[in-house]
Amino acid sequence: MGTSFSSAKPVMAKETPVTTVTIAPKETAANAAPRMAVKNLNFYYGKSQALFHVNLEIATNKVTALIGPSGCGKSTLLRTLNRMHETISHTRIEGDILLDGKDILSQDVTRLRRRVGMVFQRPNPFPKSIFDNVAYGLRINGYKGTLKEQVEKSLHRAALWEEVKDRLHKSAYGLSGGQQQRLCIARALAVDPEVLLLDEPCSALDPVSTAKIEELLFQLKDVCTIVIVTHNMQQAARVSDSTAFMLTGDLIEFNPTPQLFTTPTDPRTEAYITGRFG
Amino acid sequence: MSIRMIWRKTLSFVMLSLTGLCALLTVSVLVAVLGYLAWNGATALHWTFFTNLPAPVGETGGGIANAMVGSAKLLLIAAVIGVPLGLLGAVYVAEFASPTPAFVVRYSADLLNGVPSIVMGIFAYTVVVLPMHHFSAYAGGFALGVMMVPIILRSSEEFLRTVPRSLREGAMAVGASKWRTIATVVVPAASGGILTAILLSLSRVAGETAPLLFTAFGNRFWSHGLNEPIASLPVVIYTYAISPYDDWHRQAWAAGLVLLGLVLVTNLLCRTVLSRQSAQRR
Repeated sequence: MGTSFSSAKPVMAKETPVTTVTIAPKETAANAAPRMAVKNLNFYYGKSQALFHVNLEIATNKVTALIGPSGCGKSTLLRTLNRMHETISHTRIEGDILLDGKDILSQDVTRLRRRVGMVFQRPNPFPKSIFDNVAYGLRINGYKGTLKEQVEKSLHRAALWEEVKDRLHKSAYGLSGGQQQRLCIARALAVDPEVLLLDEPCSALDPVSTAKIEELLFQLKDVCTIVIVTHNMQQAARVSDSTAFMLTGDLIEFNPTPQLFTTPTDPRTEAYITGRFG
Repeated sequence: MSIRMIWRKTLSFVMLSLTGLCALLTVSVLVAVLGYLAWNGATALHWTFFTNLPAPVGETGGGIANAMVGSAKLLLIAAVIGVPLGLLGAVYVAEFASPTPAFVVRYSADLLNGVPSIVMGIFAYTVVVLPMHHFSAYAGGFALGVMMVPIILRSSEEFLRTVPRSLREGAMAVGASKWRTIATVVVPAASGGILTAILLSLSRVAGETAPLLFTAFGNRFWSHGLNEPIASLPVVIYTYAISPYDDWHRQAWAAGLVLLGLVLVTNLLCRTVLSRQSAQRR
């Protein structure tokens, strides 16, 4: 979808630099400093540039959604937020990414990822027991408290406790896809991250499991800041407080979700949300 | 039917029969070896064969207890040398090496795998036996251990590569370093395969005779400690087979049967472990 669009109008987005689009949602402006801020970010896979001068502020304890057609760079942007892009060779990054006002690119990456957790497109539980999956992050980070309590708390938060409490020591592979994804959320939550990044977390799930995870996101807002990449515009509209629309590596528009979906300021956003492409 | 058609049908039939015959021959060689070994070996098999020391030269009877224990000790030493080297080498090649060093290591391992086992024996003789001035279990275990390295390295590497990227990302996303990820997620996820690689390499070197001839040498008695010449199944088979005594010939067959049995059991064990693990993955 995205490829067909970019091949049809390859230069349109490039000719209109969008560096000026630093529209922070109104709520954020009223609030204190944002939890994370992306400033003038350029990103390259080898020689091809994937992100162009992206500016974005992620409000504390809110859900921020990134939408756009395939290949627009939304997953790439998400991955830079906890430096998962570094697991791919030949990538280059320019610009600043701040977490609580401090540059993340100069921090210790393992500490950063403990503070900024991530849940992936497909559930990726480890071939271990349910308990060990959730306890994994705690163990490797030398958790001082009671492992059992923290695991239980995390499973509660991920709304999975009731379903697994009787089989904590069974393999995680025995769970359904939706349960596995909630287990991965529990695993990410166990280390008490300040920010949780979700990369199309429902794309491999059925509607019932999707609904459960969306419901979960509402509750999680209280404990952490959430950034979610989604292919599904209805999902973005349902779960997020503010939405960023991206196109071929540019951040086109970033506004409170109701405003973006009802009165988009950019004609390209309007074209996308009314289904004229993508 | 035209002549051409008849010709084609005949040719097809002849070729099909030929390929079938060759396949049958391949299998029958294996069956013949197994059958012959069982036929000749079974007559000498008695429970004392597993518990007794070899009888003095000239007397009939006696067993191969010392050779079985000796082989076990040699394999243990070989594993102590071969497993860490092969496994860590595999981790390097699969997880850390850039293409050129990975190619060099892989290629060297393949070459090492192709080195004739007698040459491995001479190598172990030169670096272990000569400095120590005597044959020993250490020298034999060393020769076998070196032979295990490339087998373990190449197959463990394959198994490490099959661990999906998503598992590594899952570990790194909660703050695991690369080493932590490999040690706590990647290697455990590939553990079934790695175990199989180790068992297969053990069963492969368990039958090696040439590297042991002038390293472990052989011993008709119990060895005290690992610093002495030690008996082993393959060397016992070799010595008995070339001896002039009928009783020893029978015992060589029996020892061969025992060795083959152990290797078969190991192989079956590997396949079971591996299939169970891949079934769990699904």
